[in-house]
Amino acid sequence: MKYEPLPTRPGIRFEDAARAALDNTQLRRNMGKATQTIRAKRAVVVEELPDWQALREAGRAIKERTIRHLDQYLLELEASVQRAGGQVHWARDAAEANRIVTSIIQAEKAHEVIKIKSLTTDEIGLNEALLEEGIEAVETDLAELIVQLAGDRSSHILVPAIHKNRSEIRDLFQRKLGHSNLSDEPKVLAAAARAHLRRKFLTVPVAVSGANFGVAETGTICIVESEGNGRMCLTLPRVLISIMGIEKIIPAWRDFEVFLQLLPRSSTGERMNPYTSFWTGVAPGDGPRAFHLVLLDNGRSRVLADPVGRQALYCIRCSACLNICPVYERTGGHAYHSVYPGPIGAILTPQLVGVANASSLPYASSLCGACYEVCPVKINIPEVLIHLRGEVVREKQDHPTPGGPDVEGLAMKFLSYAFSDRKRYERVQKVGRVGQRLMTRGGVIDRLPGQLGGWTAMRDVFPVAPQTFREWWSARS
Amino acid sequence: MQVSLFITCFNDTIFPKTGQAVVHLLERLGHVVDFPADQTCCGQMHYNTGYQREAIPLVRRFVEVFRDSEVVVSPSASCVGMVRELYPRAAELAGDHELAKCVEHLIPRVFELTEFLVQKLGIEDVGAYFPHRVTYHPTCHSLRMISVGDAPLRLLRNVRGMELVTLPRAEECCGFGGTFAVKNADTSMAMLGDKLRCVLDTRAEYCVAADNSCLMHIGGALHRQRAGVGILHIAEILASTEKGGHR
Repeated sequence: MKYEPLPTRPGIRFEDAARAALDNTQLRRNMGKATQTIRAKRAVVVEELPDWQALREAGRAIKERTIRHLDQYLLELEASVQRAGGQVHWARDAAEANRIVTSIIQAEKAHEVIKIKSLTTDEIGLNEALLEEGIEAVETDLAELIVQLAGDRSSHILVPAIHKNRSEIRDLFQRKLGHSNLSDEPKVLAAAARAHLRRKFLTVPVAVSGANFGVAETGTICIVESEGNGRMCLTLPRVLISIMGIEKIIPAWRDFEVFLQLLPRSSTGERMNPYTSFWTGVAPGDGPRAFHLVLLDNGRSRVLADPVGRQALYCIRCSACLNICPVYERTGGHAYHSVYPGPIGAILTPQLVGVANASSLPYASSLCGACYEVCPVKINIPEVLIHLRGEVVREKQDHPTPGGPDVEGLAMKFLSYAFSDRKRYERVQKVGRVGQRLMTRGGVIDRLPGQLGGWTAMRDVFPVAPQTFREWWSARS
Repeated sequence: MQVSLFITCFNDTIFPKTGQAVVHLLERLGHVVDFPADQTCCGQMHYNTGYQREAIPLVRRFVEVFRDSEVVVSPSASCVGMVRELYPRAAELAGDHELAKCVEHLIPRVFELTEFLVQKLGIEDVGAYFPHRVTYHPTCHSLRMISVGDAPLRLLRNVRGMELVTLPRAEECCGFGGTFAVKNADTSMAMLGDKLRCVLDTRAEYCVAADNSCLMHIGGALHRQRAGVGILHIAEILASTEKGGHR
């Protein structure tokens, strides 16, 4: 199957993909353990900051203002980067971004590039596009490398190989990196990857990165990472290409005060991440000799146009919402069929590709609100999910697809009609009480027809009471 | 105080004892309860499933029925959350400024039962007696949508004769989520399975919450397993006294 980083057509539904994932005991155990651990770590370091709520407010306010004036900040960033000796490219969509990157690499006559872990390059399917042009992209983030060697897909935005445990990784490295007798000690596995990557760092002439932040005021790009492999990519090759979603911009250097407190604590549960790299254009005799910044739209302008949905663009990709989400914890990331899984993916993906192409994602949530509570920039994810559900239904109602009757839609319409009037509502209660006699066994209903059978697969239904509250009330007075 | 009871459609229909408990409790505390009989459903199921146009008549109805109430009290955190957090959005969607204005005026007078008792009335001991082992599940909407905080626990801690046991991983969703439990039945079941394990680990006789919707979910599975653990809305405990249960 062709690699599809974002869904481009109404394809596999979340509930179906989830069903398969839920049966994978290894996945369930890995995910449960990993998310519980990282949740606990985050809770501790967030608890330490007495002004955490104020920081969240500040983060949200900065993002809100930036996104509102995105046009101005983008032009400011372009000018700043050019002033510092970098080149700026604008890409409307994935294909255009891939063409730009490919032509820069080809001009360097390179056949290999090293990469810093980047969701944005995953989003545009850069590795696959480069491969078609005969250019090999080598992932240097340990987890990305694992996923790449396995021919697998990332299942978490920060910990791409969260679905794999160390013995699976040992087997993979033995197969792919030419080792025998590796132990499954994390130290040993990391050393094997290190030996493989060092050779690449020293020989490959072009590096590709994403960007955590781009500062409009100075033209500085920032990458936050844990391993230091990113820093290798930023300093050793002679050409550096950074691809940045247009929403990753922050107005000024001082805004780091807020974001560099919010991001590490929310994502890895660390007070500060080990490596934070900043680069501004090019500097003679130090680091890459050429710097290219590719500014990517790829659906973001469309998200921007939606006053409720646009808050999805405030995301700083910390993954706290994934780690806290009770749905993600159980299904893993692959069920979302997008490079953006979890709660943020459930609101971002449908907006980037159009709700018709991802109509099951807004429903992949119990609306428990845990994601909103942990989001460092206060994205009201449940609010956007509900908003997008409204769009899914309106789309379905206004452009019905041929097929069987829409049972859910008819039922909802009927209930809306019935509940809009007291007499009709009371009649529904009475009819229900009579009708349920056929289905009640031992005081409960244990089998319901159609889609409702999903409920009774595990849960009995308590029936309409012999006397409703309103009947009791009127008998009482 | 004159309290208008918003019973909610499923309490009215499936859990009438919860409503009776609220009436007994509030009357015992010296309040006058009225029940506007024209009330039906807040529209949450429609709204949250995406049938937002269909929810609007129900929003209008609620506002119409309760617009002149001194306070509106409901034994459902979830439905109160709908009114408080989503009615303004619904009014906006309807493009109805008059409705938006009415919603804005009504919202500060709508309370979930336990927040009404603890935060509005300042009562933590309602004089209840309930000689059973109980665990409390803080429902998502009570906890994170309308932020009742520890109001239910404050009330429960003062119930005489009751043994209150802490529920492990209490703040995690039980997997109900309205139509989520049907649309994503498998994932919902996986969540519910973990919740049941935690409830059973407490060896409680009753799992208690401020929302019968989540209790219908947890309780439906406990019943299916013949687990011998009951569900109970917090109002039914608070209404019970030494003179005998309220029922």
